[in-house]
Amino acid sequence: MGDPTASSTELTGGAVGRRRFLTFLVAAPTLTLATTDLAPDSAAAASVDVAAGLPGLPQPADIMDLGDVLILAGTPTAHLLVLEVTEDGEAHFELPRAEVGQGITTAVAMLVAEELDLPLAKVRVRLADARPELLMNQLTGGSNTIRSVYGPVRRAAAAARARLVAAAGARWDLAPGLLATRDGAVVAPDGRTASYGSLTSLAATLPLPGLTAKPKPESEHTLVGTPTSRVDARAMVTGAMRYTLDLDVAGAMPTMVRRPPTINGTVRSVDNEAEVRAMPGVIDLAVVPTGVAVMAETFGQAQDAKDALDVTWNGGTVDSLSDAGIRKRLRAAALPFAVPPLLTRYVDAEFDFAFVSHAPLETNCAIADVREDRAEIWAGLKSPIVARQTIAAAIGLPEGRVTVHVRQSGGSFGRRLFFDGALEAAQISKAMARPVKLMWSRIDDMRHGRARPATHHKIRATYALGRVLTYEHRVAAVETDLRHGLGEILTATAAGLPVAGNLSFAQTVFLTTVKVPYDFGVVTELLNEVPLKMHTASWRSVYSANTRGAEEILVDELAKKMGRDPVAFRRAFLKTDRQRRVLDKVAAEGDWGRAMPAGFAQGVGFHDEYQSCTACLVEIDARDPGEPRVVRAVIAADVGRPINPRGLEAQLLGGLTDAISTTLRAGLHIDRGLPLEGSYSQFHYARQKDSPSDVRIFIMPAGGEPGGAGELGVPAAVGAIANAYARATGIRPRSFPINFDVDFTPFPR
Amino acid sequence: MPAYTFAVNGRTVTVDAPADMPLLWVLRDRLGVTGPKYGCGIDVCKACTSHLDGEAINPCVVAVSEVAGREVTTIEGLADGDALHPVQEAWLEQDVAQCGYCQPGQIMAAVALLRKTANPTDAEIDAIQNVCRCGTYVRIREAIKRAAAKM
Ligand code: FES
Ligand code: FES
Repeated sequence: MGDPTASSTELTGGAVGRRRFLTFLVAAPTLTLATTDLAPDSAAAASVDVAAGLPGLPQPADIMDLGDVLILAGTPTAHLLVLEVTEDGEAHFELPRAEVGQGITTAVAMLVAEELDLPLAKVRVRLADARPELLMNQLTGGSNTIRSVYGPVRRAAAAARARLVAAAGARWDLAPGLLATRDGAVVAPDGRTASYGSLTSLAATLPLPGLTAKPKPESEHTLVGTPTSRVDARAMVTGAMRYTLDLDVAGAMPTMVRRPPTINGTVRSVDNEAEVRAMPGVIDLAVVPTGVAVMAETFGQAQDAKDALDVTWNGGTVDSLSDAGIRKRLRAAALPFAVPPLLTRYVDAEFDFAFVSHAPLETNCAIADVREDRAEIWAGLKSPIVARQTIAAAIGLPEGRVTVHVRQSGGSFGRRLFFDGALEAAQISKAMARPVKLMWSRIDDMRHGRARPATHHKIRATYALGRVLTYEHRVAAVETDLRHGLGEILTATAAGLPVAGNLSFAQTVFLTTVKVPYDFGVVTELLNEVPLKMHTASWRSVYSANTRGAEEILVDELAKKMGRDPVAFRRAFLKTDRQRRVLDKVAAEGDWGRAMPAGFAQGVGFHDEYQSCTACLVEIDARDPGEPRVVRAVIAADVGRPINPRGLEAQLLGGLTDAISTTLRAGLHIDRGLPLEGSYSQFHYARQKDSPSDVRIFIMPAGGEPGGAGELGVPAAVGAIANAYARATGIRPRSFPINFDVDFTPFPR
Repeated sequence: MPAYTFAVNGRTVTVDAPADMPLLWVLRDRLGVTGPKYGCGIDVCKACTSHLDGEAINPCVVAVSEVAGREVTTIEGLADGDALHPVQEAWLEQDVAQCGYCQPGQIMAAVALLRKTANPTDAEIDAIQNVCRCGTYVRIREAIKRAAAKM
């Protein structure tokens, strides 16, 4: 692709009013566009308006949430989207985000198809390589992809469509205004048609000064907003989908790493290298910062060889630390309440949440081919630009010599914000001077991979005369590693952030993601972190699963003290009608309050984030409190504007399953510097038998801009499940997961 | 090294391999059959689920010597050319897959179950151990029932 050559297409924006856009035509034989949006996105301003209408004082996340921050940081480069119309009439779009199962390639393909009037099957969305020119606009997180690309993708496709129409007009000598588009072709009033494929090279070269184009009004959408199946589903059910380790990169052989007995331990000496090198299939061995890498003909042989290694280790960074000590430090770190419980009535509660592995089914993995003068990396990466920078520095190459390919991956849940697998593969490839196909074992993935940090929560609410007067929440958390580019984004947007004072990045993220949806008088929520050198990362919904989950439990307890029904109480204190509609939906559809046999109960939870809101009603069978099962769930969500309701339902289903798992049974025990859990037989993520068979999901009708939805489903469901458990058993859960015995023999270290 | 001859998705193959080499790595690293996925290597996650003479197995814990002279079917061998197996079709109709990584194993487990029981009960579906970290269980259950109705 050559340099952009300016043409002067002027576009008119969508609902937010008139804006100016420039379209650059990239020198290419077929129509390939990158569009420029000259106006800053209006998201932040729009949210201020929303916040101004709220009763009670808005919290920072009401004014500007993390998604707005990401959009703002990405705006200067939001236009650098590449869309090509090929000669066989397909549209190829390069998405600068990661697909990890959330269905984003399908949603984006729908946007392109809609705007181009092209059948969905003719749209291909591929994940862009790391593109450093995008600066802060290639980060997949904060439930932000649809929010950040909804406008830019539609504008790019609208510009392409306008050019194709203009090309047909030029060919037929007809005014573009007379022409329509349908099914991948331009149609003339007399019925003549010209396929996009036949027009694309003309559209690419035609000088079109003053061409105007604007995305369709949303009222004309016929595909966007309708339930649509995944564009990659067939590849998935036939085994044709190529994940990182399924790639055939010349010479890249199976490699695994023997890791230390405690987190961040390092190699002192390898004591049987010759023996291991002589094992069947072993090709090479190298000591790297994270352990001892072994390359073999097959992964089975690499695993046998790394297990046979006799290594003397240096200590790690948290060797003496176990759960009890961590909990003690968290309790000590929770900041004090401001309001003493004098004169008013109050509810106090404290909660603990264990570490939770991200545990995507595809373990950490990467392919790296590092040569003297260049390197090429393949991995599932949500922050590929930072990955590229870091890898280049680590292997001593200029950034421009490192190519990073983003691969579709087998789950993330926040895990693939970090690129430790790709970095390690590059280091091994450099050390061995060969291409490397690196796979982490499941045990290593759970023990040396990343986890959601453990947290401790103190909540106090005071009330009088039917009103909640104050609401305070103090969160103490083991430090969440945010070094995947978020710091730079927060620094770049600092001036516009709705937070004051000298806050850490983490506190800023906390305040821009967590807010109380209820009118609870004077509200303060504060985070204090305990820095421990462990491997952590944001886990689906960042702080909200625990923070908002705990709050939803407290809300039930507060309702009880104030003599109100949990649904009626929430209804009374929610801030907007939009929120109440979602709650009402689950209460009605879930038949709230129906009689349940002993040991069964209903529970409800609500959550609002990233301009979306959701309510969840579950029914639990807790006749045996040691083996509860969620048997039924009703979920309603209002995400402003659903792009693909079927995909959205899948995300909510995933959030529900995450909540079932982490509330009831799944967590990590830390014992002397290492998680005990090493597989799904020990880290009890839900199986089919733990999943309800009756789940109904209701998506509220479109009524605005798209909000975030990828993480939305977790917190409300955590609250609903815990509340149902409490009502069914009479046990008020305070520590999560609720059933968390070490019911297994840990693997050797 | 001994040579083992067996069929993979209808094709006869011979591999030189140590007797105890797990079939998963023979398939993936030797034969380039990458449909079966690694998720644990110890018969826990079931991501590798495939069939041996029509029965579900987990190739991460099946030695290559055990399959000599027998018929291995992986997800790639389930469809008949372009015509998908009814279970695959049901999977598409319910739009089950999210990240998709567990789905080859889920589908192979479902096919094996339906071979044993034409109309599996909820309890029989509950007994499927395959992990789906994306939490697609509800749609898996619906797809199995849908496939059962079709078959
Ligand atoms: S990889 Fe075979 S059961 Fe997990
Ligand atoms: S679809 Fe991702 S693990 Fe099942």
